[in-house]
Parts: sequence; C-alpha cells; structure tokens
Amino acid sequence: MDLYTVLKLVWAGLLCVLLIGLALMVGMDMGVGTLLRFVGRNDAERRTALNIIGPHWDGNQVWFILGGGAIFAAFPTLYATSFSVFYVVMILLLFSMILRPVAFEYRSKVDARTWRASWDWAFLASGFLPMFVYGAAFGNILQGVGYHFAWNGQYYQDSSFLSYLLNPFAILCGLMAVSLSVFQGGVMLMMRSENPIYSRAQGYARIGALVGAALFAIGGLWIRHVRGFVLLDGDPGMPANPMQGQHVSMEAGAWLHNYVAHPVLWLLPVLGLFSMVAGAVFVSASRPYLAWWTGLGSWVGTIGTVGAAMFPFFMPSSTNPDQSLTIWNSTASQYGLICMLVVALIFVPLIICYTSWCYYVMGGKVRPENIVNDTHSY
Amino acid sequence: MDLINPSVVDLSRFQFALTALYHFMFVPLTLGLTFMLAAMETVYVVTGKQIYKDMVLFWGKLFGINFALGVATGLTMEFEFGTNWSMYSRFFGDMFGTPLAIEGLMAFFMESTFVGIMFFGWDRLSRPAHLAVTYLVALGSNLSAVWILVANASMNVPDGAHFDPTTMRMTFDSFIRVVFNPDAQAKFVHTSVAGYVTASLLVMGVSAFYLLRHEHRQFAARSFRMAAIFGIISTVAVITLGDVLGRMDYEHQPTKIAAMEGLWHTSKPPYEPWIVAALPDDAKQESYFEIGVPYVLTPLVTHSFSTPITGMHELEEQAGPRIESGITAVAALKRYSETHLAEDLAVFQAHEKDLGYGFLATRHAPNQDVSAITDEDLHNVVEQTKPDILPNVFVTFWSFRLMVFLSLYFFVIFAVAAYLSLKKQLERFPLFLKLCLWSIPLPVLATEFGWITAEAGRQPWTVFERLPTFMSASTHSVGYMLFSLAGFTVLYSIFIAAELYLMFKFARLGPESHGEHDPENGTPSLSVIAH
Repeated sequence: MDLYTVLKLVWAGLLCVLLIGLALMVGMDMGVGTLLRFVGRNDAERRTALNIIGPHWDGNQVWFILGGGAIFAAFPTLYATSFSVFYVVMILLLFSMILRPVAFEYRSKVDARTWRASWDWAFLASGFLPMFVYGAAFGNILQGVGYHFAWNGQYYQDSSFLSYLLNPFAILCGLMAVSLSVFQGGVMLMMRSENPIYSRAQGYARIGALVGAALFAIGGLWIRHVRGFVLLDGDPGMPANPMQGQHVSMEAGAWLHNYVAHPVLWLLPVLGLFSMVAGAVFVSASRPYLAWWTGLGSWVGTIGTVGAAMFPFFMPSSTNPDQSLTIWNSTASQYGLICMLVVALIFVPLIICYTSWCYYVMGGKVRPENIVNDTHSY
Repeated sequence: MDLINPSVVDLSRFQFALTALYHFMFVPLTLGLTFMLAAMETVYVVTGKQIYKDMVLFWGKLFGINFALGVATGLTMEFEFGTNWSMYSRFFGDMFGTPLAIEGLMAFFMESTFVGIMFFGWDRLSRPAHLAVTYLVALGSNLSAVWILVANASMNVPDGAHFDPTTMRMTFDSFIRVVFNPDAQAKFVHTSVAGYVTASLLVMGVSAFYLLRHEHRQFAARSFRMAAIFGIISTVAVITLGDVLGRMDYEHQPTKIAAMEGLWHTSKPPYEPWIVAALPDDAKQESYFEIGVPYVLTPLVTHSFSTPITGMHELEEQAGPRIESGITAVAALKRYSETHLAEDLAVFQAHEKDLGYGFLATRHAPNQDVSAITDEDLHNVVEQTKPDILPNVFVTFWSFRLMVFLSLYFFVIFAVAAYLSLKKQLERFPLFLKLCLWSIPLPVLATEFGWITAEAGRQPWTVFERLPTFMSASTHSVGYMLFSLAGFTVLYSIFIAAELYLMFKFARLGPESHGEHDPENGTPSLSVIAH
C-alpha cells in the first residue's frame, strides 16, 4: 500500500473517531436539552439540570465545530458536497445549533416566566432536532443521495430535500440517534444530581437505551432490503477526483457484503446492541458512571456498524453512482493529510488533557441552593 | 443543461455578507475584552484589591452576553462554506480547510473549554490558577483570529497552493507559505487591535455613563483610565497596520487598491491627490465631485514620491490578453479531462497562469461553456469580461474612507480621554463623557467597513485571480436561498434584540460589589460608599 492510501485510511478512521466523539459529547448535552422540560418541573430544578452541563457545553460543542473543520480540511470534496446536498436540512440543523449557546447564556439572566419558558423550548428544539438530523443523515447516506458533478467539479443536486426528510429509514435512524442522546443526557444528569431530578433522569435514560436498542435491531433487519452500492473498480491510491476514475453498481443488500467477507465485523453491531442493553441495566441499578461508558460503546457500535457496511463509500450518489464519494476519491492531497495529521497528533492529546482537567475542577453534585447563591450560574 | 443561476449567486453572496457582518459585530469585542479582563485580573491578583475583581466580574458578564452570540454566529460561518460555496470548498478546500481546522483544534477548543472555568471556577481555583485560565481564554480567542485571518489571507493572496489538472482543484503545497503569508500577518494584527479599540470604547463609554450619573465613581474612573490607555495604544497600532495592509494590497491586489482610492486612471506622481470624498459611478467608470489633497496619495500608498499606481482603466486593458489566454486554458483543460492527451495538457500548461481569467469569461460564454467560444465571438467575450475584473468601486471606496475617518476620530477621542482621566478632570466635562457614551457602537461600524473594504475589494474573485465568485456558489434553487435567508433574518433579529436588551440591562444595573463580605480584601469597594 502506498503512503497516500495509508493516509486516506488513517483519516477515514479519524473521521469515525470524530463522529463518535461528537455524537457522545454533543449528544449528551443535546439529551440534557431535550430532557430539560421533563426532568425539571420548576425553575430551580431546570436551572440545576442546566448547570450540570453549564461549564462544559461550550467545550463539547467544539466537537461539532471541529467535525466541520476536520471534514473540510481532510475531505474537502465530501464537505463541499454533503453540506450542499442536504441544504435545507443542514440549515435547519444550523438554526437549532445556534440557538443553543444563546439559550444557555441568556435564559437565566432575566427573571420572567415567558422569557425563561421560551428559552426552555429553544433547548428542546436545539437538543432534539440536531440529533435527529445527525441520525437521519446516516440513514439517507446509506440509501444513496442524488447529485452529480460537471467536468470542472461543479456539483449539481438531483433530489429534493423532501425526499431526505420524508424517508422512513432515515426517520428510524434519526429517532435512534435521539434515543441514544436522551440516554446519555439522562445518565449525565444522574451523575451530578439528586432526587427528584435523579429519579426522573433515570427513567428517561432507561427508555432511551431500550428504544435505541429496539430501533437498532429493526434497522439491522431492514438494511437487507435497502439498496446498497458496490465499488467495481477504483484504485485506492487514485488522485482525489470524484468526477472520473471508478465504476459503481447498485444492488439491494449490498451493504452486507463486507460482513459476509469478514465475519469478524459482526462484533460491531453486537457491541452496539450489547452496550445499549447493558446501559439500561446499569441505569436501573443506579450505576450512572458505568452506564456512561456503555454510551460510548453504543456509539462505537452503531457508527462502526454503518462504517463497516459502507466501506469504502462515504456518500454514494444514486443518480450518478460512478461519481460516488469514496475514501479514495474525496480526501485532501497527500501533503494536506500529512499536515493535518501532525497538527492532530499535537493538539488532540492536549485537548483531552485540559478537557479532563476542567471536568475534574468542576466535579461534584450540583444542587438548587448552590445555583441561587452563585452569580455566575446559568 | 447544468447552468449557474446568477440570482442564486447573488443571494448566496448576500447571505454570506449578512451572516459574516453579523458575526463580526461580536468578534472584535470578544478579542479585546478577553485581554482587558486578563489585564484587570492581573492587577487584582497582584494588588489583592477587591475593586479589580469587581471589574473583572462586571465586564466579564457583558463579555459573556457578547461571547455567546460570537460562538453561535461563528457556527454559521464554519458551515456556510459547505452549504453555500460548494465549488469554492471543493476547489480550494485542500488548502483553505487546514487553517480552519487548526483554528478549531488549537484555538477555539481552548477558548471554549476554559471560558466555562473562567465563569464558574472562581471558588474552585486559586487566584493565580484562575488568572491563568483567563489568559488562556484571551490567548485562545486571539489565536482563533490568527487562523481565520490566515485562511482569509489565502483567498486574497493565494500562496502555498497550485492548480492540479488531475484533481481539478488547488493543491496544498506549502504550510509555511500559507502561515507566513505577509497579508495574514498584517491582517491579524490590524484586526485584533481593532478589537481592542472596540472593547476599550465599550468600557470607556459605559464607565462614562456611571460618571455622568455619579454612580460607582471609583470603579468607573479606574475602568475608564485603563480603557483610555488601552485604547490610545490600540488606535495607533490599528492605523499603523492599516497602512501596512494598504501597501500589501498595492503589491498583490492592484484592482483592490485602485478601487479603494477611486483611481480610474494611473496616478501621476508626485502631484496626485488623495481623494477625500467623491461620487464614483461604476457604470460610467468615472467619479464626480472629487475633493482631494494633492501630493498625498503616492507616498501614502507606495511609500515613495515617484512610483505611479496603476489605474482601473489601465488594469482592464492589461487584463484583455490574460482573459484571452485564460479562455484557451479552460478549453484545453476541458479537452484534457476527456482525452487525457499530453498535447492538451501541454496547451493547458502554457496558459495555466491565466486559468482564473478564463473562468471569469464563463458568464459571457454561450451556454456558460467557455470551450464553445468561437474565434468570431472571442473578441466580444473578452470585451464583455474586461470590466468584470473590477470590484464595485462605490462600495470599496466609501467603506474604506468611512473606516479611515472613524479611526482618526478614535485617535482624537482616546487621546483626550487619556489626558483628562490622567489629570482626573473627567467629571468637569460631561459633554465629553456623553460623547464617549454615544461612540460605543462606532468601532463596530469601523471594523465592519474594514471587512467590507477587504472582501468587496477582492471581487470578482473568491480566490484572487484563480476562482471567480460567480462559479464558487452552490447551485441551489432560489427557493432554498429564500428559505435560509428568511430564517437567518428572523433568528438573527431575535438574537440582536435579546443581546441589546441584556447588555443595556446589565450595564444599567452596574457592578455588584462583594467588598462588604470579603474580609481578606484590603480596600473595601468604593462602589458601596458611593451609594
């Protein structure tokens, strides 16, 4: 294997890590946002719930920004095409994402019922919608997306956004992502709160894990009938040009080919399913710290399952399959990938260190009485 | 037939301008306030005087309100390249994505992670540790500006990347040249010190408000003095670096500097006047009612008395052969993409440096296909394309002038403010205090005009002389664009209303003192005594 191919594979792996990190950390905050109106029945309780993620949501949100930035740098063609192909959906995602920082900072600064109630609805929308879109995007990509390129690389869209939104398989994937985020958010609330928030969060976390497991299993059975894509030829070391250089065919159930060829891959869906069930058990047993780590297992399992099924595809095109985006044709140049790798090797360990330090500094239970007395709290 | 819809390009430009200008209302204040907070907290840690902690807490609250919107609207920017500038992102992303990603990894992550600890960690950290956190937030926000401006500079002076015909995009080839792009260095200092000016005037204006009402006098006087000194230094720096940037444009972007100065014809040194005011007419390509100061333009732009500056008419004429050569390059490139023949590649390579000018002819070519231009059409297409190489002169000329005039005004106001506050004479001049108060929004305006000068002046290109704006936008429908524009308008209007409401509310409330229940503190806060 030449260096360029190795780099492409390394970056595809890093993309997976990033998508998992994003789903886990941002998903957790989104879950808290979704649950806010339900675990907190009065203002003091809601503020308690908010302040549990208060010191960290901003840092976590950077996973999301980093996701955008890293895809741009390492997979410019994927970034350029996927963000435009899902335009209306991406804009909705963006609207709900930009509501969040403002909601955190502004909600508790004015002591008026309608003001705070409005921002609480903003939390619900900005927690539920992005996770739904995140999952639904996976669902749509699995079925192929409508686009093609002109000779000079100008991209053109072939399907309406309605086909992406009103798509049963995508809705299933979206709801699954929401369930996992509700699970993770509930577990986070359990770790840092006391009754009555604790017991409510426990109930929602359990439901989240079990619904997630059920939807994952249904999705697994469904995928056998979903039209998949097969890369007929295409050199892994090819220049990163999606306009030409490969041939792709479509057939139902093709996403299981990799599993047939390498049965060891079945460990990934097993890990996902097992983690979700174990998560529900730990939540019921009031072991939130153990449950938090099963959340990681769930995301590794689910995103890993999709990645293993689609390899080496990133985003297949249903209207011009030969121009499908794969790991081989949509990365940056070799030079760019090396640069980004060096940067990532320096900064990712650093980020993990200081993020952990911040959690350590801010650790401990959050109680309603601390918040009322603290002028900095949300 | 796949065609580019000019209305969609215009709407995409409008949306990008709207969201970027909106984002840029909050960024300068963040850049400046973080460092002012760090400076105030340093004094607190060194002297142990409670009043400085009060200052950090109070200005920190205003910072927080502003910071949230900076983060929120920054998300839009990160996504908009992909959602609305697909061709640009694919064409230039190999290089352009790198500084953006580094910004996330190196700067934004640091700033965002520590800002939580800065707000919430007062009781959980020792004073020096908290001070270190505050400095990390300041460092993070300013590093963030470094990488964003490195990215922006690469659009203006595309160094460190070359076009690759096998991938149909600019290939990243030198990290060093991207980072040490001279345009990036000057831009960063110019933009970040502009942020310090913005923050200084906010702090000065709000402090003036308290002095006028005789509230929190000691708190306000100290904040005012710190801001005035911070402000005068920053204003001098902003003007100096602005001069450096102007020279950079003179060397690398002759169309931009000519439009900024409203220079239709090549200058005649040394007499050539610097035009203070005029009414440039883009359609007729001339200016009316010009008022100028003779002998100023040449030394100002070229730092010499004898070098002429090329005017816009001459630049258009020089572009003619490049457009013609570029058309040959695009046609050869298209043939090469189909045939992969060495002879087509050779033709392309001979004309490669003009490729961007060939793309520029796209909108005047039959069916937007440059390779379909016949020999009879060629002359016509070249003539139609020529005026396209110029930016909108009226916008570039006036946004530049308004920025310059405002920065001179800041110099005067900060100089007077520093003098009066050091002499402790401030409260004898209530009119001047009112002027400070009413000047709070002006630096925001000035930075916006600066941004407009830089970006409108870069037109018609997204990547200077490589990729025209016309080709860069995603090929959406008008309906999609109206949907997103309507959404942004509604959402951003709500945000600005909420932000202003909170800013006014907390500025009126004033600093809360913790002095009376803080026994370890040397001097009790005078804001308590003032009541």
